[in-house]
Amino acid sequence: MSFPWARHYEPTHPFMKYVDSRLPIPRLVYDSLGGGYPVPKNLNYFYNFGVLAGVALVVQILTGVILGMHYAANTTIAFDSVEHIMRDVNGGWMLRYMHATGASFFFVVVYIHIFRGLFYGSFKPPREVLWLLGLVIFLLMMATAFMGYVLVWGQMSFWGATVITNLFSAIPLVGETIHTWLLGGFAPDNATLNRFFSLHYLLPFIILGVVILHVWALHIPGSNNPTGIDVKSPADTVPFHPYYTAKDFFGLCVYLTLFSIVVFFLPNMLGEPDNYIPANPLSTPALIVPEWYFWPFYAILRAFTQDFLFIPAKLWGVLAMFSAILLLFFLPWLDTSPVRSNSYRPLNRQFFWIFVVDVLVLAYCGGQHAGEPWLRLSQICSIYYFAHFLIITPLVSRIEKPLPLPNSISEAVLKKHTNTGAPIALQPKGAGIAELPASGQPAE
Amino acid sequence: MVKLIAGVVGIVFCLALLWGAVAPRTAETPDPVAKYHLAPRDVSWQNDNPGGLAVFGTFDRAQLQRGYQVYKEICSGCHSLKRVAFRNLTDLGFSAAQVKALAKQSDVASIDDKTGEPNTRKGIPADKIPGPYANEAAARAANNNALPPDLSLITKAREDGPRYVFSLLTGFGKPVPADWKVPDGLYYNPYFRSLNIAMPPPLSADGQVTYADGTKSTVQQNAKDVAAFLTWTAEPTLEARRRTGIGVVAFLVILTILGYLSYQRVWADLKRRKPEMLPAE
Ligand code: HEC
Ligand code: HEM
Repeated sequence: MSFPWARHYEPTHPFMKYVDSRLPIPRLVYDSLGGGYPVPKNLNYFYNFGVLAGVALVVQILTGVILGMHYAANTTIAFDSVEHIMRDVNGGWMLRYMHATGASFFFVVVYIHIFRGLFYGSFKPPREVLWLLGLVIFLLMMATAFMGYVLVWGQMSFWGATVITNLFSAIPLVGETIHTWLLGGFAPDNATLNRFFSLHYLLPFIILGVVILHVWALHIPGSNNPTGIDVKSPADTVPFHPYYTAKDFFGLCVYLTLFSIVVFFLPNMLGEPDNYIPANPLSTPALIVPEWYFWPFYAILRAFTQDFLFIPAKLWGVLAMFSAILLLFFLPWLDTSPVRSNSYRPLNRQFFWIFVVDVLVLAYCGGQHAGEPWLRLSQICSIYYFAHFLIITPLVSRIEKPLPLPNSISEAVLKKHTNTGAPIALQPKGAGIAELPASGQPAE
Repeated sequence: MVKLIAGVVGIVFCLALLWGAVAPRTAETPDPVAKYHLAPRDVSWQNDNPGGLAVFGTFDRAQLQRGYQVYKEICSGCHSLKRVAFRNLTDLGFSAAQVKALAKQSDVASIDDKTGEPNTRKGIPADKIPGPYANEAAARAANNNALPPDLSLITKAREDGPRYVFSLLTGFGKPVPADWKVPDGLYYNPYFRSLNIAMPPPLSADGQVTYADGTKSTVQQNAKDVAAFLTWTAEPTLEARRRTGIGVVAFLVILTILGYLSYQRVWADLKRRKPEMLPAE
């Protein structure tokens, strides 16, 4: 694991020696989150989001397990049991608002985390497997959140479930069968609610498992960094603890503060009023929208309005929506530029920012009714979405001439800090390769 | 090879979308409701303050009691309030004895211990407030086939809930536009989603209820009070939530400052001794 200069755990206390030689958990922690894990010293605040995502997952699991003690997965009383949590369970309103808001915050964090990876080229070799595992987590999260939203059994739960599960019936030949099999009936009903609760309880723990693999895969090459260049010497790194534990703690405090502001003062800001109406299969809401974090993909789904090449529009929408996520799995082989960070990729950087705006516009369209101008706007933005990954990215990575890369992380840091613009050769000798004290510990 | 397949797939998706974007489509029929539908009026309550920030605002207990009175004397004829128990009314500032007396005024469905026959008994504080109808069919039969919704959650189940309820209640009796048809048994109300609502104007004249605290009983006042009351029924934990929130956020802000200072302290060492090791932000 990681670099040759990584420090090693040396238990001093006899008890710790005893533990270490039998079940080396302290060693594991030390080597992966402690002083034994060297990390590039130039990570910016965007690198806080991985830890934040982990915390968000833990918050969901803790609040969720307690909610599950009071929740009843039966269509006749599911909605009532949620209201019972809100009114009669001690602190129940806090648990539920934390869980509902927590899901939104989890997605905010993960989206930023993903875009960070896109900008700094963290999906490129040697981190492809890390990237793929991240996408698996993302898919599992979407499934989990979708099913969790159904548990409330409000109007939007029911109709959202109806719309989304109906997508499967667009698959030729076997679609209807799959649809009925997934739901356990022809429309969402008690069987659906029960299996969704079961899976909603299960999947977060599977996510936790994949997160462990994700972190493991991270620790093989170590973190990428804003320059995208490899760590070359001990001077490029600092030990995770105390440097990044301190920084992550600060980031976590900021995150929790924002989270608390929403939980305690604006808990229904991100929700739909319709979900406070109990599910009613006989009354369709005027506008059926999923939760905001699905909006970009929902916009892509609805953007296909014409049959094309003998394939019905609905099937196109379904194919495109799933492709929009699945194509991310191929990204390491589509973007073959050897330069990771967009800081040194002047052309690709521009497309990156267009893409960011594109996704934001798509998200906005996804939350609106499917009429003009939103429909046409989502069509144009969907075109760019696919063109960006499938056409532009492969081309740009071939033709672009990247800016010269610094020789090392230390050099890049130094240049930025002194800001003289002078070539590195003219800097004071040795400036770029300063090292930590021999102990590896920062001096008092 | 991957790039080639991707390119082909990309081009196909783009063409399918492009075709959708340029293909002629049937013009949308304009929604006739949109022309006359109105957004909720701007009103505010003590619990919105200060300035709608909703941080410190608490309920006006006297107003909640008046609102409960309006609900009890008018709305409860058609609407249930099934998620609220009599015991919850102590939150409005009623004493335990008052709540007991209020509960006693209602008859609650029960079963005779001896015969097993359904009967009724006097309410107790632990009972949920009983609704006016035995079931949905009875409710529809009495209301021209419309269903008066349970009001417990109504202010959370509508966009801009309290303002919406206030506007709906005070939005009756407006002149009906010439090109708009109101079917028999429905009432024109520009705040309602379809403009034609099955609810007869519940607050039609000033002085329908007589407030014990001497507040002047106008339609506006009744509407405002009952909307406040329904804000409480939908979110009875609102005050506890804000109170807890202020403590939690204050704690976290201090923790954030300390977290920042220790972050600076940990890194300062690196910066002071070796300025060239400063991390790029
Ligand atoms: C005579 C019976 C009756 C009385 C009294 C009555 N309502 Fe209604 N109310 C109805 C009916 C019927 C509906 C359903 C209307 C529809 O769906 O068209 C309704 C619907 C509503 C709605 C929901 C509108 C929507 O957006 O769906 C609200 C809010 C409401 N009433 C509030 C009140 C309040 C507050 C009072 C007391 C001041 C009250 N009602 C008194 C019969 C009544
Ligand atoms: C990946 C982590 C998780 C995510 C993203 C997630 C997401 C969600 C969402 C979006 C809702 C609907 C919230 C609402 O509108 O009220 C929900 C509800 C629920 N979740 Fe989760 N959840 C997660 C983990 C868990 C876990 C581990 C449990 C344990 C049983 C759980 C139990 C519940 C229950 C009982 C509900 C229904 C009650 C309610 O609405 O608050 N969740 N979840």
